[in-house]
Amino acid sequence: MPALSQSIAIAETRSTPRRGPSRGLDAMFRTCSYAAALLVLLVLAGILGSILYGGWPAFREFGFGFLTSSAWNIGTEQYGALVAVIGTLASAVIALLIGVPVSLGIAIFLTQLCPGWARKPVAMTIELLAAVPSIIYGMWGLFIFAPIFARFVQIPLSNLVEGLPVVGTLLYARVPSGVGIFTAGIILAIMIVPFIASIARDMLDQIPTVLRESAYGIGCTTWEVVRHVLVPQAAVSIIGAVMLGLGRALGETMAVTFVVGNANRLSASIFDPSSTIASRIANEFNEADGLQLNALMALGCILFVITFIVLIVARLLTRRVRAA
Amino acid sequence: MDATNPLVTTPSPLRASRVRPGRRVADRALRISCLVATVVGAVVLGSILLMLIVEGIRGLSPTLFTQPTPGPGSEGGGIANAILGSLVLTTIGIVVATPVGVMAGTYLAEYGRGSKLADIIRFLNDVLLSAPSILIGLFVYTLMVRPMGTYSGWAGGVALAIIAVPVIVRTTEDMLRLVPGTLREAGAALGAPPSKVITSVTWRAASSGIVTGIILALARIAGETAPLLFTALNNNSWFSPNLMGGVANLPVMIYQFALSPYPNWQGLAWAGALLITTTILALSIIARLVIKPQNAR
Repeated sequence: MPALSQSIAIAETRSTPRRGPSRGLDAMFRTCSYAAALLVLLVLAGILGSILYGGWPAFREFGFGFLTSSAWNIGTEQYGALVAVIGTLASAVIALLIGVPVSLGIAIFLTQLCPGWARKPVAMTIELLAAVPSIIYGMWGLFIFAPIFARFVQIPLSNLVEGLPVVGTLLYARVPSGVGIFTAGIILAIMIVPFIASIARDMLDQIPTVLRESAYGIGCTTWEVVRHVLVPQAAVSIIGAVMLGLGRALGETMAVTFVVGNANRLSASIFDPSSTIASRIANEFNEADGLQLNALMALGCILFVITFIVLIVARLLTRRVRAA
Repeated sequence: MDATNPLVTTPSPLRASRVRPGRRVADRALRISCLVATVVGAVVLGSILLMLIVEGIRGLSPTLFTQPTPGPGSEGGGIANAILGSLVLTTIGIVVATPVGVMAGTYLAEYGRGSKLADIIRFLNDVLLSAPSILIGLFVYTLMVRPMGTYSGWAGGVALAIIAVPVIVRTTEDMLRLVPGTLREAGAALGAPPSKVITSVTWRAASSGIVTGIILALARIAGETAPLLFTALNNNSWFSPNLMGGVANLPVMIYQFALSPYPNWQGLAWAGALLITTTILALSIIARLVIKPQNAR
């Protein structure tokens, strides 16, 4: 017994000098990692704080009317967010309407239909679409897609629907140049497809094979398996993935700036040029000062609020499933 | 895991004749539309690459890598200053983001397990991961450009770093979580303090995954344009080691030149676009190759 306590005492005295500095280092390392993690919070708070600070004068000047006014007049210093907000929402909705079915199709193809040998290269191709910088999508949209779209869709369609009620105003292009809200929506759709498709694919892959096999076993067709087994299983996370895509579409800047036309006009036609929040900021920020700068910052605030609500809902939906 | 095992897919065509027509049509329609969706995706990527190669090669010139961007309307010139500027900005971005991202990811995976704060940080990091990059540009503009009174390369680098950090945090945390707990316990049993266990056991075990995260972050920021518009802007002269004032960089150069009325500028923009896209696609493919052994494990 005394020998044991003696050896413990020796061990303690021996280890003390060795432990001293390393414990200091240990605490420092821990503090550093803690600080780095807090920095993430700080950056987010900084983003919100800086644009609130920058946009405050515009909110104070125009009040709630900033949201409902469609004016954007640099000469008379009248600014309103309505055109940009509607442009942002409209292009994002078009992107979802086109992008979601396509991405689900790709996800189903990759997980259910694709022969094994082709799966990796096809998945890689789709994922590489996500890596292409947005400015390249903008150039593709403006120089390749827009002329083709104007020639083969806009002009024939405008001739067809001209003068018709509702459809005529919605689809008639006053200047069939190929740029406008609809083109922006298509480019956004192409950009969000890889994101939605890859999350949806992961979610479909996670569904136990037994479920699928038993459905096939009672004689279901692929469509029925997808419709009644896979979709209900993955529904929540697929909606989360769609919201994530929506978040990206709302905030996308460069590609949209190329193809949206950058006009401050409220038009009923989806083919007319307009603006989104992000494209307007990108276009005007460097030449702006005074109230215009504040108004652009205020637009940034609105974009922050919209995208962060969407992204938070998206993360909550995808998270709950991951935990379950 | 294996979705296309032959047991599952082969029976349906065999029994097709006994299936009610309506069900068969629905099934066919699904198969065809899924195939079409995938083909459309591949065609779009192919068409983008084709456009870049055709136009980009036309824009290539012997002086591309040796001369700075020319003035408006003038002939010749290259994009050497933009290439150099982009390299410097992304280097600043990744050098700032790597320690912050890896340390924050380490906190989330090692120290912050089960803590509320870590949950919140993890969640907000995920949100920041898909935050619009233009807002980050506005933030850095307010933080650095306005107080300093000038656009600067430093501001551009910081903006890129802010975009890179969430990517690195996320992959670092995910990869550290894959490291089995027994390895940490073994390290701790040898008397190593937590920092020692992390640096020489868990980091080492997850190193290829962490490197993948850094490469992915690099690929992400290399093509970012929106945040650079308000921070580094552009510059038509030779790169100067003093990073105060506008710094030429490929994405903003491409943006400004592609929308300009001068054919020479447009050619340079296409050449720059080809260069930047091949670099980024190569980086993404490398990142996937690095991560492969991790998945196999």
